Amino acid sequence: MSDVILRMRSITKTFPGVRALDDVNLEVLRGEIHAICGENGAGKSTLMKVLSGVHPHGTYQGEITFDGQECRFGGIRDSEHRGIVIIHQELALASNLSIAENIFLGNEQAKRGLIDWNRTNAAAAELMSRVGLRENPVTQVLDLGVGKQQLVEIAKALSKQVRLLILDEPTAALNDEDSAHLLDLLRGLRDEGITCVIISHKLNEVLAIADRVTILRDGRTITTLDAEGLTEDKIISGMVGRDLDHRFPPREPRIGDEVFRVENWTVHSPTQHGRLLVSDASFSLRRGEIVGLAGLMGAGRTELAMSVFGRAYGTGISGRIIKDGREIKLRSVGEAIKHGIAYATEDRKRYGLNLIEDIKRNVSAAGLRKLARRGWVDDNEEYQVAESYRQSMNIKAPSVASITGKLSGGNQQKVVLSKWIFTDPDVLILDEPTRGIDVGAKYEIYTIINRLAEAGKAILLISSELPELLGLCDRIYTLSAGRITGEVPRAEATQEGLMTLMTAGQEARS
Amino acid sequence: MSVATTKQPAAAFKRAPGGPRRFRINLRQSGIYIAFAAIVLLFTILTGGDMLAPQNISNVIVQNSYILILAIGMILVIIAGHIDLSVGSIVAATGAVAAVLMVNHDVPWPLALLITLVVGGLIGAWQGYWVAYFGIPAFIVTLAGMLLFRAVTYNILGNRGIGPFPDEVRTLANGFTEGYLGNIGLGALGGADLFTVLIGVVAVGGIVVSQWRSRAGRARFGQVVEPFPLFVAKIVAASVVVMFVIVQLARFRNLPWVLVLLAALVLGYSLLTNRAVFGRQIYAVGGNLQAATLSGVKTKAVVFWIFVNMGVLAALAGIIFAGRLNQANPTGGDQLELDAIAAAFIGGAAVQGGVGKVVGAITGGLIMGVINNGMSLIGAPSEQVMLVKGAVLLAAVAFDVWTKRRAGASR
Repeated sequence: MSDVILRMRSITKTFPGVRALDDVNLEVLRGEIHAICGENGAGKSTLMKVLSGVHPHGTYQGEITFDGQECRFGGIRDSEHRGIVIIHQELALASNLSIAENIFLGNEQAKRGLIDWNRTNAAAAELMSRVGLRENPVTQVLDLGVGKQQLVEIAKALSKQVRLLILDEPTAALNDEDSAHLLDLLRGLRDEGITCVIISHKLNEVLAIADRVTILRDGRTITTLDAEGLTEDKIISGMVGRDLDHRFPPREPRIGDEVFRVENWTVHSPTQHGRLLVSDASFSLRRGEIVGLAGLMGAGRTELAMSVFGRAYGTGISGRIIKDGREIKLRSVGEAIKHGIAYATEDRKRYGLNLIEDIKRNVSAAGLRKLARRGWVDDNEEYQVAESYRQSMNIKAPSVASITGKLSGGNQQKVVLSKWIFTDPDVLILDEPTRGIDVGAKYEIYTIINRLAEAGKAILLISSELPELLGLCDRIYTLSAGRITGEVPRAEATQEGLMTLMTAGQEARS
Repeated sequence: MSVATTKQPAAAFKRAPGGPRRFRINLRQSGIYIAFAAIVLLFTILTGGDMLAPQNISNVIVQNSYILILAIGMILVIIAGHIDLSVGSIVAATGAVAAVLMVNHDVPWPLALLITLVVGGLIGAWQGYWVAYFGIPAFIVTLAGMLLFRAVTYNILGNRGIGPFPDEVRTLANGFTEGYLGNIGLGALGGADLFTVLIGVVAVGGIVVSQWRSRAGRARFGQVVEPFPLFVAKIVAASVVVMFVIVQLARFRNLPWVLVLLAALVLGYSLLTNRAVFGRQIYAVGGNLQAATLSGVKTKAVVFWIFVNMGVLAALAGIIFAGRLNQANPTGGDQLELDAIAAAFIGGAAVQGGVGKVVGAITGGLIMGVINNGMSLIGAPSEQVMLVKGAVLLAAVAFDVWTKRRAGASR
């Protein structure tokens, strides 16, 4: 078992403004199940993208040795050719094709250019029995549940003579039974000699299945540990063990009365029938208070926020919203805005900005009625408003007529915030406001958030970065598998404590 | 300084520190006007000046009026990120409705006109429902509409045309203003209608005053304005073009009523797209549907009303089209949708939506009209006209894609 199959040495990968991986080392032994743990944004997925050739050779520094040979992958095909297959969290299946077609997609079983369907389906059936998928090979993938779709992905990997199988959050969307089956299957594959690398947030699963665990934090390798005798607490302290430095502007909280309360909030998935995204969640916000919402990827943070924001996401929504002591019904985004609620999205390019328009039209987009008399917009006043935000928010652009698509991430985020501040909300929900922006711009965003709180706004801050929550928030809720699992005042909050709450009850997910 | 402040005195605005405040000519937007001028110039030379003769200018306007009306509706649909393939059939169907009402049932023409416009609105509402609320791509819905409303037309008319239309409708489609104030002499140009010339003077005055006030307003708020010489040059150019067209019309048979109608529509819809909340929401929907939804825009309602609007404008075009021929015809309006769509894209609309201007679509429509007219003046066969129009459409969109890519690369 001491035979190293994969060695990644000194991998450094930078994106504009961000160092995603910094001198990362990873050694995987032949025939083991190796888990990689880390917070959101620690660099796990980036590392796997480097390994599988999504980020091709030359876009990163460092070297990769697989089975004794140095690898310089130009793309996924190269890595698959060597037997390295990655299964992403978002499954990459063509849902309207059959199981067999998916398994052999890009690797069609053909003779002289014509597909041999008998051979395709027979070979698929054999692979399916190896992964324990009892279905007809010609069944359409869209008729399968997520758990079985995962098995199709693994069967597809097996068809490519996989030797190193990488799974990114394979059980995030699965229920207990499917998860247990998948873990059994991985053990079986290990016994057949297939090496596995698994990325998972579910630490109990990691401990149950992994032989060794590598912990990443802030794009660096922290340590690699034997799973033997390892505890969840030990992994957590490795994941978060970073100290809070002076990255947060000081603030004296002046907290007023409760302004916003959500009770027994439940949301169902709009795409997967009957799946619960948020379950019986209750929280409250006070004037001038910054409240954090911590949760791992898939915990339901964005779903909770967007469903509260005028039912912008989800179906089967139930629960009560109380604003200023009165129950309100928010049936549309427009009503939410009218009631003084704002939601700044985590994905500003897709959901936050009209990238082909200029700054001023983006700033005015949500509060346009404030600039209009009888349906007609005053251009000059719009300019004036946008210009005032450009100055007060320090948006770095030649003028408010600059196209937002050309701004940097930090400046785009300031435009999004300006848009929502202009609607003059009482409650601001900020979803990952510092995602993908550089350190300097982060500090500016923090300053803006503090200023908003000082102006008496209630703020719900959703963030994957625990230090950010600890540095800014007065109170922090934790969300795990759609449930609020804790409410911690700032004074009592620690990264370890939060992480424990954020991973609590994961196994109870259905 | 409070971030919640929404209004500050204008005096508080300083020039952007260090930022370039240089005015730049937007090639993507102004290219279309330059191209239009070049095409007119080319055909003027090729036809030995016949292109700009009084009667020909009048013809180009009257012959293309219904396409230009359709182009106004189409540009809104395209800005919102959709398409309407059915307008040619709606033109025929509404023309038939108008003919049946006025000719067969002797409904007074103003009432018949109103009913026809409402019918157009209902047709638009039908399509808007399927696109906006049911979620079927507009391409499919309006392709079905193209067949559907052609069938409706045949049902109404049978296999024959219905006419003639009342004089008032024919005048709207094909007629001219009377010489209310008599003629004036224009020296070497001969006599011209005084009323028409006065309208031209008022129009030029309106252009100058509104542009001047808009510029002054922008400058007062510290916005970038184009350099003064360029501003003057543009106003002078616009005034010269307007006055030239007006004088030529005054020398022929005065103002075509459709031109009056078109001018009102262009003005109204330009205001709508630039200044109205609804107009802004059209751009927001086309630019980023999800962002618009999350900004509180009722995106489905916006799309629905755009199709209703398209239906009403198609009905107006239908009345003018039928009135001009003095007969509603079952095959009438065939392929007009293609002309309207081409006009919008030549006029600078983007295939992905979110971009486009009413004036651009009108210019695009005129480019096509001038090519049609100019080539027929020089006696080119119709297949050559098609060839040239196809090439112009492709070139216009290619230019748009190219400038966009270049802008992307220089980021």
